[in-house]
Amino acid sequence: MVELIAKTPCETLLPLTVGDVSLTEELPVSLTMITARKERFAACSDLLKSAHGMAMPKPNRATGTAASRAVWFGPGQAMLLGPTPNWILQNEATVVDQSDAWTVVKLEGAEAEGVLARLVPVDLRATTFKRGNTARTMLGHMTVSVTRVGEQVFQIMTFRSMAKTLVHDLQRAMESLAARG
Amino acid sequence: MRIAGRGRVDRSKPVSFTFDSHRVQGFAGDTVASALLANDIKLVARSFKYHRPRGVMGAGSEEANALVTVGRAAHQDPNVRATMQEIYDGLEVRSQNRWPSLDVDLLAINDLAAPFLGAGFYYKTFMWPKAFWERVYEPIIRRSAGLGALSGAHNEDLYEKAFAFCDVLVIGAGPAGLMAALTAARAGADVLLADEDSELGGRLNSENEEVDGISASEWAADVVDELSAMPNVRMMPRTTVTGAYDQGTFGALERVSHHLNDASGRPLECFWRIVAKRTILCTGAIERPIAFRNNDRPGIMSAAAVRTYVNRYGVAPGRAVTVFTNNDDGHRTARDLRAAGVHVTAVLDSRKDAPEGQGYQVIPGAEVCDAGGRKALESVTYRTVSGEEKLGTDCLAVSGGWNPSVHLTCHMNGRPEWSEDIQSFGPVEGMVPGMTTAGACNGTFSTLGALNEGAEKANEAVEALGFKAVETERLVAEDAPYNLEPLWAVAGRGRAWLDFQNDVTVKDVKQAAKENFRSVEHMKRYTTQGMAPDQGKTSSMGALAVLADATGRGIPETGTTTFRPPFVPVSIAALGAGGQGIGFSPERFTTSHEASVTDGAPMIEAGLWYRPSYFPKTGETKWRQSCDREVQMVRNAVGVCDVSTLGKIDIQGSDAGAFLDFVYTNTFSTLKLGKVRYGLMLREDGTVLDDGTTARLGEEHFVMTTTTAAAGPVMRHLEYVHQCLRPELDVSMVSVTEHWAQFAVAGPKSRELLSGIVGEEIDNERIPFMGCGEITVGGIRGRLFRISFSGEHAYEIAVPARYGESLYQALVQKAEALGGGAYGMEALNVLRIEKGFITHSEIHGRTTAFDIGMERMVSAKKDCIGKTMSERPGLYGDEREQLVGLKPVGAVKQLTAGAHLFEVDADPVRENEQGYTTSVGFSTTFESFLGLAFLRNGRARHGEQVVMVDHLRGVTARCEVCDPVFFDPEGGRMRG
Repeated sequence: MVELIAKTPCETLLPLTVGDVSLTEELPVSLTMITARKERFAACSDLLKSAHGMAMPKPNRATGTAASRAVWFGPGQAMLLGPTPNWILQNEATVVDQSDAWTVVKLEGAEAEGVLARLVPVDLRATTFKRGNTARTMLGHMTVSVTRVGEQVFQIMTFRSMAKTLVHDLQRAMESLAARG
Repeated sequence: MRIAGRGRVDRSKPVSFTFDSHRVQGFAGDTVASALLANDIKLVARSFKYHRPRGVMGAGSEEANALVTVGRAAHQDPNVRATMQEIYDGLEVRSQNRWPSLDVDLLAINDLAAPFLGAGFYYKTFMWPKAFWERVYEPIIRRSAGLGALSGAHNEDLYEKAFAFCDVLVIGAGPAGLMAALTAARAGADVLLADEDSELGGRLNSENEEVDGISASEWAADVVDELSAMPNVRMMPRTTVTGAYDQGTFGALERVSHHLNDASGRPLECFWRIVAKRTILCTGAIERPIAFRNNDRPGIMSAAAVRTYVNRYGVAPGRAVTVFTNNDDGHRTARDLRAAGVHVTAVLDSRKDAPEGQGYQVIPGAEVCDAGGRKALESVTYRTVSGEEKLGTDCLAVSGGWNPSVHLTCHMNGRPEWSEDIQSFGPVEGMVPGMTTAGACNGTFSTLGALNEGAEKANEAVEALGFKAVETERLVAEDAPYNLEPLWAVAGRGRAWLDFQNDVTVKDVKQAAKENFRSVEHMKRYTTQGMAPDQGKTSSMGALAVLADATGRGIPETGTTTFRPPFVPVSIAALGAGGQGIGFSPERFTTSHEASVTDGAPMIEAGLWYRPSYFPKTGETKWRQSCDREVQMVRNAVGVCDVSTLGKIDIQGSDAGAFLDFVYTNTFSTLKLGKVRYGLMLREDGTVLDDGTTARLGEEHFVMTTTTAAAGPVMRHLEYVHQCLRPELDVSMVSVTEHWAQFAVAGPKSRELLSGIVGEEIDNERIPFMGCGEITVGGIRGRLFRISFSGEHAYEIAVPARYGESLYQALVQKAEALGGGAYGMEALNVLRIEKGFITHSEIHGRTTAFDIGMERMVSAKKDCIGKTMSERPGLYGDEREQLVGLKPVGAVKQLTAGAHLFEVDADPVRENEQGYTTSVGFSTTFESFLGLAFLRNGRARHGEQVVMVDHLRGVTARCEVCDPVFFDPEGGRMRG
């Protein structure tokens, strides 16, 4: 018998603070992709609400709270971050475990928006990209999911295998911005 | 010469820098140009073609003469405008395009040869012999003509890219721009104000005038303070908007640390992509020169630039300044010079009704027809009705009128319109959607006019965005008339310059017209006028006025060439910021990466992934030794290989089986639970897209694997098929590639190895060949698939990625105890070639199922994507190149991939080509090179001999054609 030891995507890479912006790894217990069955979006949303307390998010929106959040990921699709999924969801949705597929980080600080403005080509200003708004977009050359989870806090997700590049790109932008003073 | 008590430079902060190794003293706030002029350094550059001595001409980004090189070695930056470069302690500036020195430039001999070097000279002269152009003429011409040079060293500077969004973008912070920004900001819009100067204010900082009872520069500073304090305003000094693109997108280059001795981590430049809902262009105007003989002498400058040097920098560009003008603006220069105590020799006004001088002499109806002095201006000769007179002077301030800076309005193919009033081209509303123009760039040249228009256009813009317009205060400011009488070129002998940067003269343009290059576009290309970094900022109007005259047409009929982005040169380093070195693309690492690197494995790129090539053991000095050992290890014991990079797609839904039947050539709806099947996928055009195995984990649950390279494309293909072709199917797909760490365990001892790892009993009953099931490893749930890419009894074991590294280490440790170990890509490749298994070397996008011998996998019982198209004539039959195996049988035992196949006695030329090799490897099992190849009608030619010729590597080998499956064709080893 062997004993397997778990390792997180950013175990040797984070945390990191440059100036007043910090980058930390988020470790939700589970990541679950929920895809509503054909023509069952409303029913799936109701079921998600009763099982986990939040509705299925509309495009470019996230629902729920820090401990249990559903982030829009594609047509009829949401990523549930936090709770172990209630398998009753399978009645209305396809439920796929994604717990180990993604790197989840939190970028926090007054200049967090400025850091992302160096890498993400979409409008993330607080006036247009409010708390609970999310975007599937690019960060440098990587596809990411970016969600504003607080006034000065962003949650960023990318493939697990790209953790090093994610941290490298963000660190570079953080340093470059901090140097401007 | 500095003027006491004048200017906005900080006299308490002396700054010293070097120009061609000479120490030059200036003050904080100076540019290289102003500091050089303050030190009476007139000669700063040599011209592009004739190596003529040149001095500073302007005071902004329009400067055509004073291009210098800044910095040294890898940090060297050529063609920097001395008028834009702020000075700092330790700054190193060098002149360029001269040899051996600026003062003694031997290539100035070109100037004497000028009669031969006019427009079209190269085209006519260097025609024969043909081969000489590339090897002889061009290198010589390139060496003798030109601008600055790059260092050739790797660029070490830091660059940045960034994105910005706003409601209103204001380009240019002169009177119009400041008022536009202030008005839009007060209305509540998100405003971005960009200006290429270090100090915002535009001409307000250069003119000696008042706005609202205070000096214009103070007024500008007050507005800048108010704007800076507003949370909805972003100020971007030192930022040149370089281009206008679709949907309100603009490119902008910010010079972040060009003005700093120590950047301390700041990028040198930042390239911005700005998206604005509305844009107000307030880029002002550029004063145009007048062409006359020797009008390029150092000391001949723009009259407005002279005012800038006097008023902003406290520098007199000469001791006895003469003004040459065709409008009232020139008189302003004379007034400001006088006010600063600089001697004004005379104002030579080409207009017969010139206004009277205010304490200076005005000579009406005078045209300058020659300039004396070589490295510095000594005199000018002017002509009136009473004849020619010579005047001693060391600076000539020339004003030929103003050209609105309409460059950005033309970037989306709009054409500006001729305006008789200002004798220039002005913008037309709507040239760039969402953009309006205000102030001098709109032809409104007075300060008051610019201020009012800025406010007015801003109110229009914010109202269009749903904000309420704001009341603007009535301002008092300069509102003098322009009074211009056009004068483009003074008639007379000798060379009169139009384009200073490209050394194009009036004569060249006339020559072009004479040779029938009468279209403005042809003239531009024939003479090179308006090209290069300058883009004709000071020269275009003059050149086309001369062309219009030479062709007997009016200027509006002649038209103008278009202005293209970028407005100023942009370094590739800034455009591609972040893309140098590892920034070029993301790196994807498997969970076993660190362990592989620790074991000394060289990592090779597979798409974005990094995979181990081989694992060198002590004593192995060549990769082949490691590869051979690893192959034997798998054939005789057991090997472990990380296969996590292969795409894994979770497919679920009541129609999942039907969906797979549609995308695969073969049937999957009939696949039994707990079984795996090999599948082939076609593109819509009938060629092979990808192959892989798909396992059935549940009644409505499949897991598809793809090749590493096609993981993304296959996912995209499936989404496309589902969303566009078969939306009625109840199916969903999610990539689980990254969720699972998956390892191949291959070899006769694979089951023995796994039995020590996996919690469950593994036997043929539970996991038969092409079977799969859930297992546990140390209590962790995983999956086990009995599939083989090596031809051996083999498995793939998957656990959640967080346990990947741990499982990998356990597997390798156990394998080593059984006489095996880890194997890399090289061994994997040899193992699969021995078995005739294909990869994307074979299914490279031009091969069909027929070509690879899998046409029977295209089910006759159902339709699938690509099936009909694959049945087109020409995609099957004897003429096709078909997959075969190759074994060397002659004296040469080496095979190479990418080589071509020929019949034994045929000439190895293109016309005789019979096929090509796709994969080769040395097989220790067979003690021979083995190859996979495509050969015309190959399946019918097993046993024949062909010749493999690699023209590139110079290898020729005689081969025998055989079945592509070399090893264990019955497959007993993997089934066993």
